[in-house]
Amino acid sequence: MTTATVTGKPEEPVVATKNYLTEGGVTLRSWLLTRDHKRIAILYTLSITFFFFVGGAAATLIRLNLVTPPGIFTPDIYNRLFTLHGVIMVWFFLIPSIPNTMGNFLIPLMIGAKDLAFPRLNLLSWYLYVGAGFLALFAILIGGVDTGWTFYTPFSSLYSNGYVVLALAAVLAVGFSSILTGLNFIVTTHRMRAPGMTWYRLPVFVWSNYATSVIMVLATPVLAITLILVAAERLLKVGIFDPALGGDPLLFQHLFWFYSHPAVYIMILPGFGVISEIVPCFARKPLFGYKFVVWSSIAISVIGFFVWAHHMFVAGISLYAGLVFSLLSYVIAVPSAIKVFNWTATLHKGWISFDAPMLYALGFIGLFTIGGLTGLFVANLAFDVHVTDTYFVVAHFHYIMVGGMVSAYFGGLHYWWPKVTGRLYPEWWARIAALLIFFGFNLTFFPQFILGYLGMERRYYSYPPEFQAWNIFSSAGASVLAVGYALPFFYLGWSLFRGKRAGANPWAATGLEWQTPSPPPTHNFDRTPTVTRPPYQYRPEPEPQDV
Amino acid sequence: MSDAAPASQSAPQPEPQYATVEQQAEAASFGMWVFLATEVLFFGGMLLAYTWLRANHPDGVAEAGRHTTVVIGSVNTLVLLTSSFTMAWAVHAAEHGRQKALTRLLSATALLGLLFLGLKGYEYHGEWTEHLVPGLNFHQDGPHARTIELFYFLYFLLTGLHGIHVTIGIVLIALLAVRARRGAFSARYYTPVEVTGLYWHFVDIVWIFLYPLIYLVGRSGP
Ligand SMILES: [Cu+2]
Repeated sequence: MTTATVTGKPEEPVVATKNYLTEGGVTLRSWLLTRDHKRIAILYTLSITFFFFVGGAAATLIRLNLVTPPGIFTPDIYNRLFTLHGVIMVWFFLIPSIPNTMGNFLIPLMIGAKDLAFPRLNLLSWYLYVGAGFLALFAILIGGVDTGWTFYTPFSSLYSNGYVVLALAAVLAVGFSSILTGLNFIVTTHRMRAPGMTWYRLPVFVWSNYATSVIMVLATPVLAITLILVAAERLLKVGIFDPALGGDPLLFQHLFWFYSHPAVYIMILPGFGVISEIVPCFARKPLFGYKFVVWSSIAISVIGFFVWAHHMFVAGISLYAGLVFSLLSYVIAVPSAIKVFNWTATLHKGWISFDAPMLYALGFIGLFTIGGLTGLFVANLAFDVHVTDTYFVVAHFHYIMVGGMVSAYFGGLHYWWPKVTGRLYPEWWARIAALLIFFGFNLTFFPQFILGYLGMERRYYSYPPEFQAWNIFSSAGASVLAVGYALPFFYLGWSLFRGKRAGANPWAATGLEWQTPSPPPTHNFDRTPTVTRPPYQYRPEPEPQDV
Repeated sequence: MSDAAPASQSAPQPEPQYATVEQQAEAASFGMWVFLATEVLFFGGMLLAYTWLRANHPDGVAEAGRHTTVVIGSVNTLVLLTSSFTMAWAVHAAEHGRQKALTRLLSATALLGLLFLGLKGYEYHGEWTEHLVPGLNFHQDGPHARTIELFYFLYFLLTGLHGIHVTIGIVLIALLAVRARRGAFSARYYTPVEVTGLYWHFVDIVWIFLYPLIYLVGRSGP
C-alpha cells in the first residue's frame, strides 16, 4: 500500500455512477440552491474565470496602450482601465481564487468531512460575490472608476469623477463574502475533522487555507469600515480623511494597508498550500520539514499584520516608524524563505516527473523566489525611496501575484481536475500551456523591473521615448501570456467530454481526497474514514498504487 | 449518521454534515466566536479614527463631548446591562429546561433592547434640533466647529452601526422567544439561545466602550 492513508476502505479506481454532479438533479435550480461545497466550488470557478478574463482584457488594453506612447486611449480612459484591472483582479479573482474554488472543494474531502460546517453560509458567500461582481460591472459599464484599486483619499472622496461609491459598495460586499468563507473554513478545520485526523496530519493545503482564513476574518472588517468612511466622506462631504475637511489622508492609508498588506498573503498563502501538495506527489517524496512549512504559514499570517506601513515609506510617516516597518518586512521574508527551502529539499533526490501540475509548481518556486527577493529590495527604506510608484514595484508584486498565485491556481486546477471532473486533461497541451505561461510571464514582467529601476513611473498613460524598447518586450510577453491563459480554456473544456476517465487516484497521490471516487459522491465518503498516518507518505517508486 | 439518539422528541437530528448534535452545537458556538472576532476589528477601525481625532484635537473633542446628552447615555447603559443580565438568565433557564422562564426572559431582553433603541431615537431627535447632524443639518460656531462635526460624524457612525446590531439582536431574540413558547428548546438542545446570547453580550460590550468615549469625554477634570 503505497498510497492509502486510510484503513478499512479499499481503493477502487472505478467511475462512480452516482456522484455530486448527478445526484440531487442536474437542473439549474438544483445548482443555484445547492448546499454541496463541491457544487458551490464549481459555481465559484465559473464566476472567477469570467472575472479573470474581464481583468485580463483590461490588462491587454493597458499593454496595447503602452506599446506606442502616448498611446491610443485618453489619459482618463487609461486611468479607468488600470483601476478596473486592479479592482477586478484583486477582489474578484485573486482573493477568492484558490480558497473559494479548490479550498471549498477540497477542505472537507481532505479532512474526511461530509461538507463545510455551514453549507448555507457558503452559498450565501457565493451570492454575495456574484452580487458584488454585478455591482462592479455596472460601475464599469456606466463610466468606471479612476482612483486605482487603492482608492486613495482625498482623490477618491473629493476629486474623482468616477462611480467611486458604487465600486466601494461592490468591494464591501465581496469583502463580506470573503469573511464568511474564512469563518466557515476556520470552524470546519477545528470541528469537522475525521477520527484520527490530528492537526499534524492535516495536509499543508488545509493549513494554508486556515492561515488565510484567519487573515480574511481579522483584516477584511477593517477594509469594510474604511470603505464605509470613504463613501460617507464622499456623499456627505464630512470626513476624517480629507485634510480640507479637517481630516488626515495618512489615516486612510494606515487603515487601508492594515487590510491590504495582509490581503497580499490571502493572495499567496493558498498558493503555498497547492505547491506543497503538488511537489511531494511529483517528486514521490514526503514533504521535507512538514512542521516548518505549517508553522511558517501561521507565522506569515501573524507577522503579516505588522508590516503594513512599508507601503507608506514616502507618505510622511516618521523615520522611526519607517525603520520598524522596514525591519518587520525583512522578518516576514524568513518564513517565506523557509517554504522555498523546504520545497527545494523535497525535490532533492526525488523521483521527479514533469507533468503539467509539476511544471506550474516549479515555475511557481522560481517566480515566487524572484518576487520575494525583490520584495526585500522594496522593504529597504533607501531603495524604496528610489523605486516607489515605479514599474519596479509593479513587477515585484506581479511576480508574487501572477507568477506565484496564478501559477499555483493553474497548477492546482490541473492537479485536481481529474478529481473534480472524473476526466484526464490532455497532458501534451497542458505542458505547452504551462511553458507558454512561464516564458510569457517573464517576458512581460522582467522588463518592468528594468523600467522601474530606470525610473518609469507606474499609472501613467505615456512615457519618454527611451523606455519604448522595454515596453515593447513587455507587451509582446503579454501576448504570449494571453495565449497561454486561453489554451486551458479550450483543452480543459474538450476534456470534459472527451477526456479519458480518471479513476479515483490517477497521480497515485496520498491524501483523503484521492481515496474516494472521481467525481466524489455528494457526501464525499461512503463511510467516514479513520486516519492513522501522517500526510505525504510517498515512496520513490514510479509505479502506481498496488499492494 | 446520528448514532447518539436524542433524549426527547424536541431534540432535532443534526444537519447532514455533522455526526452528532453535540458536534453541531460546538460548531455553532465556535462560529459565533469567530464572527465576534470579525466584529471587534470592524469596530476597531472606527475606534482608531476616534483615537486619531482625540489625539489631534483634544479640546475640540472635549467640547463636542459636552454637547452629548449624558443622562440618556447613562440610562441606556443601564438598560443594556440589564438586558445582558436577563439574557444570561435566559441561557441559564434554557440549560435547565425551564421553558416558561426562558420565554419570559427572552421577551424581557427584547423589550429592553427596544427601550434602548427608543431612547437612542429620542436622543437623535434632540441632536437634529440642535443642528448636530453632520452632512445633513449641522451648524456650530466657535473655533472647534470642525472637530465637533467630525466627532458627531463618528458618533453617528458608531452608534448607528451599533444600533443596527441591536436591531438584529432584537429580531433574533424575539424569534427565539416565539420558538421557546412553542417548546422548540430543551435542556438537551438550546444552541440557538446560547449563540444568540453570545452575540447580545458582544453588542452590550461594544456599548460599554462607546459610553465613556462619547459621553464622559470632556466632562471630567478642571
Ligand atoms: Cu505590503
